[in-house]
Amino acid sequence: MLAYALRRLLLAVPLLLGITFISFMVIHLAPGDPVEIQSGDMAERNIREAYKALREMYGLDKPLYEQYWNWLSRIVRLDFGRSFAPDGRPVLTKISERLPITLLLNVVEMLIILALAVPIGVLSATRQYSNFDKVTTIFVFLGFATPDFWLALLLMILFGVQLGWLPISGLRSLNWEYLTFWGQQLDFLSHLVLPVLVATFGGMAGFSRYMRQSMLEVVRQDYIQTARAKGLAERVVVGKHALRNAMLPIITILGLSLPGLIGGSVIVEWIFAIPGMGQLMVQAAFERDYPVLMGNLVIVSTLTLFANLAADLAYSLVDPRIRVSRRRR
Amino acid sequence: MRDFWRALARNRLALVGGVIVAVLAILAVAAPVISPWDPNRPDVKKILNPPSNRHIFGTDQLGRDVLARMLYGARVSLAVGFVSVGIAATIGILLGSAAGYHGGLIDASIMRLVDLMLVFPRFFLLLAVLAFLKPSIWTIMAVIGLTGWMGVARLVRAEFLALKEREFVTWSQSVGASGFRIIWRHILPNAMAPVLVAMTLGIPAAILTESGLSFLGLGVQPPHATWGNILNEGKDAIELAWWLSVYPGLAILLTVLSYNLFGEGIRDALDPRLRQSAGRVVSRAR
Repeated sequence: MLAYALRRLLLAVPLLLGITFISFMVIHLAPGDPVEIQSGDMAERNIREAYKALREMYGLDKPLYEQYWNWLSRIVRLDFGRSFAPDGRPVLTKISERLPITLLLNVVEMLIILALAVPIGVLSATRQYSNFDKVTTIFVFLGFATPDFWLALLLMILFGVQLGWLPISGLRSLNWEYLTFWGQQLDFLSHLVLPVLVATFGGMAGFSRYMRQSMLEVVRQDYIQTARAKGLAERVVVGKHALRNAMLPIITILGLSLPGLIGGSVIVEWIFAIPGMGQLMVQAAFERDYPVLMGNLVIVSTLTLFANLAADLAYSLVDPRIRVSRRRR
Repeated sequence: MRDFWRALARNRLALVGGVIVAVLAILAVAAPVISPWDPNRPDVKKILNPPSNRHIFGTDQLGRDVLARMLYGARVSLAVGFVSVGIAATIGILLGSAAGYHGGLIDASIMRLVDLMLVFPRFFLLLAVLAFLKPSIWTIMAVIGLTGWMGVARLVRAEFLALKEREFVTWSQSVGASGFRIIWRHILPNAMAPVLVAMTLGIPAAILTESGLSFLGLGVQPPHATWGNILNEGKDAIELAWWLSVYPGLAILLTVLSYNLFGEGIRDALDPRLRQSAGRVVSRAR
């Protein structure tokens, strides 16, 4: 197991370098000569100043290999420079304030998706073509097709504006300081309801579909027939023999869909004004706050890489076949 | 081939999807002819009018007809979907066939590049890139295409790995056909079916991505109307004018749903076994 883990870790090193290299290439999309933009327009002048600061910061007039080396040695020291925003704070501080919120949201979403999608998938697989299966299939297709930002708007109209049951922006109410301890927790949770609902809707569709598919395949296997033949209760056959094997590919899918889930938090955080990494990213894109954009990109993709790695290791823990043979593609 | 049409004709949902896809394409192409109003002409006397007989989907903050804007928006959304998927498919086919045919170091390095690109959460990468570029419809198409080719590359590679061992390929190799010719004339045509399915399913994904970016205000810029930026403008009037937030979203939903139904119908009709590769979770762009 340890050898396998070490090998996977080693394979992650070139990917880490790759992340820094692609992010480095993105910086070079900046037009070579900022003087091209000539206008008294306020917005364009800001852009021009941002480019100038960018050139100074990354030394864009130096040879490429020197630039990349500088960029790399800064990143290794976790030095992402200072934000171009008026506050001018270090990028790392800005990100570390927001990272826990995005992580919390994504972990909660993931748990809810798993807790709901697994039983839904199992039920619709064991009752293939039943009414339950048909209804969930409709929901799956709707889940794939519904733009998450639109769902967010509709829920805001319904629960926020019309009914007034739930808060629609931020993480705390204005009177947060005056609430009791439990009141504060309740207030926080109520702010999470809509964003989590929106973020889980699309993910649910994919996972329950996949779970159904995986279950349908497992149920056809010989060992399930054997289990039935020796007279085990259907509950045991499905819940123990089939479920365990059907869950295996879900771990891989979990790892693969992480970038999608995390990417989804950009839109959700922006709409619900949640101060996380996604919101920071959109603000930075509007303000052309390049150090923040670059720092965000590198940190988020590095985290995704390690989450993928964790999913791989978890998979090899529950399925010993992986450790022995080389990883299947 | 006849089996394919028969299987497709039996799948009622796929047919409905296909018909809606065709109708949407016709509406988008014919928008200048059928549009009841000029999508960009403001009218101060008709600001935020609710839906009525004259303006079926109401008017927006500048008094422009929402239906007309949505018809023109369909042109942009569909064009972005088609072109960006075309870009993604071209890159994916080139890299995937090179990797699958040659194997070895070429294969290993291309597949590591695929792994690498898949590590980036797509919206973070898109925003970082877009912040450097001048926003236009063309940049949006290019950026969505350049960040979405990995699925096709993997698919083509897998097809090539299976096909290159077959007799017709070894035969062409033995008579001395060039690698390029074998890839282009012999293997690729046999590998196109799953690629076409992936492209059909990629269009709605690209449309969702474009509308998401335009909704944030970082995609297609006004005065070009797209479903995403109508929703973005409508968001500010959400308490006054529900029609600005409901109809464009429904249009996106209907479009994406029809393409998905149609695409999955084609896939099942081509090869029922493909149904088992439920890789949709991964291919969904967010």
